[in-house]
Amino acid sequence: MSALRPAPLRRRSGGERYLSTLMPRTLFDRIWEAHVVCEPDAEPALLYVDLHLIHEVTSAQAFDGLRLAGRRVRRPDLSIATMDHNVPTDDGPVVDPLARAQLDALRANCAEFGIPLYATGSGREGIVHVIGPELGLTQPGLTIVCGDSHTSTHGAFGALAFGVGTSEVEHVLATQCLPRLRPKTMRILYLGEVPFGVTPKDVILATIGRIGVGGAVGHVLEYAGEPIRALSMEGRLTICNMSIEAGARAGMIAPDDTTFAYLEGRPAAPKGADWERALDRWRELRTDADAVLDRQIEIDVSELEPQVTWGTNPGMVAPVGGAVPELSDFDDPDERAAVERALAYMALEPGTPLHDVHLDRVFIGSCTNARIEDLRLAASVVAGKRVHPKVRAMVVPGSASVKRQAEEEGLDRIFEEAGFEWRRAGCSMCLGMNPDILAPGERCASTSNRNFEGRQGKGGRTHLVSPAMAAAAAIAGHFVDVREWERAEL
Amino acid sequence: MRAFRSVTSPAAVLDRPDVDTDQIVPKQFLKRIERTGYGEFLFYDWRQNPDFELNRPECRGAKILLTGPNFGCGSSREHAAWALQDYGFEVVVAPSFGDIFFSNAVQIGLVPVTFPAADVKSLMHAALDGSELTVDLETATIADSSGRSLRFEMDPFVRHCLLHGLDAIMRTLQHEADISAFEARAQSPVETTAL
Repeated sequence: MSALRPAPLRRRSGGERYLSTLMPRTLFDRIWEAHVVCEPDAEPALLYVDLHLIHEVTSAQAFDGLRLAGRRVRRPDLSIATMDHNVPTDDGPVVDPLARAQLDALRANCAEFGIPLYATGSGREGIVHVIGPELGLTQPGLTIVCGDSHTSTHGAFGALAFGVGTSEVEHVLATQCLPRLRPKTMRILYLGEVPFGVTPKDVILATIGRIGVGGAVGHVLEYAGEPIRALSMEGRLTICNMSIEAGARAGMIAPDDTTFAYLEGRPAAPKGADWERALDRWRELRTDADAVLDRQIEIDVSELEPQVTWGTNPGMVAPVGGAVPELSDFDDPDERAAVERALAYMALEPGTPLHDVHLDRVFIGSCTNARIEDLRLAASVVAGKRVHPKVRAMVVPGSASVKRQAEEEGLDRIFEEAGFEWRRAGCSMCLGMNPDILAPGERCASTSNRNFEGRQGKGGRTHLVSPAMAAAAAIAGHFVDVREWERAEL
Repeated sequence: MRAFRSVTSPAAVLDRPDVDTDQIVPKQFLKRIERTGYGEFLFYDWRQNPDFELNRPECRGAKILLTGPNFGCGSSREHAAWALQDYGFEVVVAPSFGDIFFSNAVQIGLVPVTFPAADVKSLMHAALDGSELTVDLETATIADSSGRSLRFEMDPFVRHCLLHGLDAIMRTLQHEADISAFEARAQSPVETTAL
């Protein structure tokens, strides 16, 4: 949703605008049009922001900007903050003085500007993209922004949600609006039925492998088709979370009864007569059958296998039964050079079967895969087994609430008895901004979203997988096909 | 934000696709609460390698960066744009950019120029042959020292903002009446302070 797509501005006269309401529309069109504050001549549309999520890493400079300009926060009641990126996930205090200063700055800024903050220890803290949905703040039809690229996660509810940088965090704090050129739209239509043992993480990794990490640049994605309808809300959140890894400005799924059932009764969800009115509104949020999107691709999921990344971006991925590719598989010289660099960084030989890749660490966590269903799935894989002696494995719940629920269900004991570390909520080893990092050269199976060089620690080597695949790899010490795994009934 | 008209300088060549913002400025430098001083952290890990492209002597003083498609993909960290600008770059030329990076760059007056891949390659050849380049935003052209000049496309509004160094928040606040009218007719359904 960059303001800044190099394309001509669309201008509509009043008459055209009226006609457009009769024309077939997409889910995106409906939300966009409901949030246009004004469309000044020769400028982008001004879009209203319904919900602004804030965390410690990208906000300090934005609040400083407000102070310098003598501006206030326009709508603290549409803003909410939490601590996630920097926080340690053991029980100790924040030792790193820089991290502590950033957390202190967030606390002071929220107090000064009247923004609700779910600080560490509040019981409601967690990864910003986990707590929005679980509090019921993430609702269909909303526009949601956050200074974090994985804001695309919230699109799972049929919201238009996108990440911004710090200057635009300040812009939203000051005005509750953002200028935006209308992005293009792209539908990914899934066909077939997801096979046993294949998870939403595998579906989205395979999708990125197919379209590439730049495959959706400039577009808002809509995920559609029966395989999407069949997913739980948490599965949909995993899919939308990784939209940004295909370069998309946002990713969305039209809301349905699954969405409404998830939301009902959550703290911020509408109540009573408001709930009924909300349902009426939300049921309108869909793409008309005859609406035309700028692009569409179809992906048949019936033959899909569990996926493992072998390279240094999420598009460098293969089925677990496959192998690290040969350089001769790539015709384009730039791509071949990129693969060669990636394999050198990952210390992998072309042609190595993925089953033969041995691991030092396993991380189950992140805004992609640290919700209760993810933890249940991983626990069912490890129950009654032991983590491989050469592997250090950890589970980091996505929020304090997920942690509580998992403990009520006894999942923490299953993990600990199997030899996993059971941690406090936070971003943890997804991005290595806190004490949870890989040592140089360590190889990790991770349920997070990015396998970029150094992402989990300088010199660390990351393989992205589903929670089930990560759990099985922790036990086996190398990648295995979790479909052949004996699972406990929990 | 500073206004930009044109620049003439040597160009640094980083001919790699999908350079992500984790490489542009690694995570350990995001804990600072200042907005300045990120130049020394630019490509921090890659620069440890003496053979890294930007360590070449001819890159010294380059204000133009030529690079591959999908530059700045990944994290939304504006620190990536701050680091490039603080290091001395005024213009980044690539076949395509990560959307959030593109926005962030424009916000601070770092000029992102989108050019067809083949033209970026030919500019890279010219730069590696020692040619200085001139990026002129008023004429939307890039010229090399042989006199060859190529036009680029840029959204007119984006170009206007970059040319004049416009403050985006100030511009939005000029629509205060529209924002208030919108708030009066379309109440947001969430209320974070009521939780």
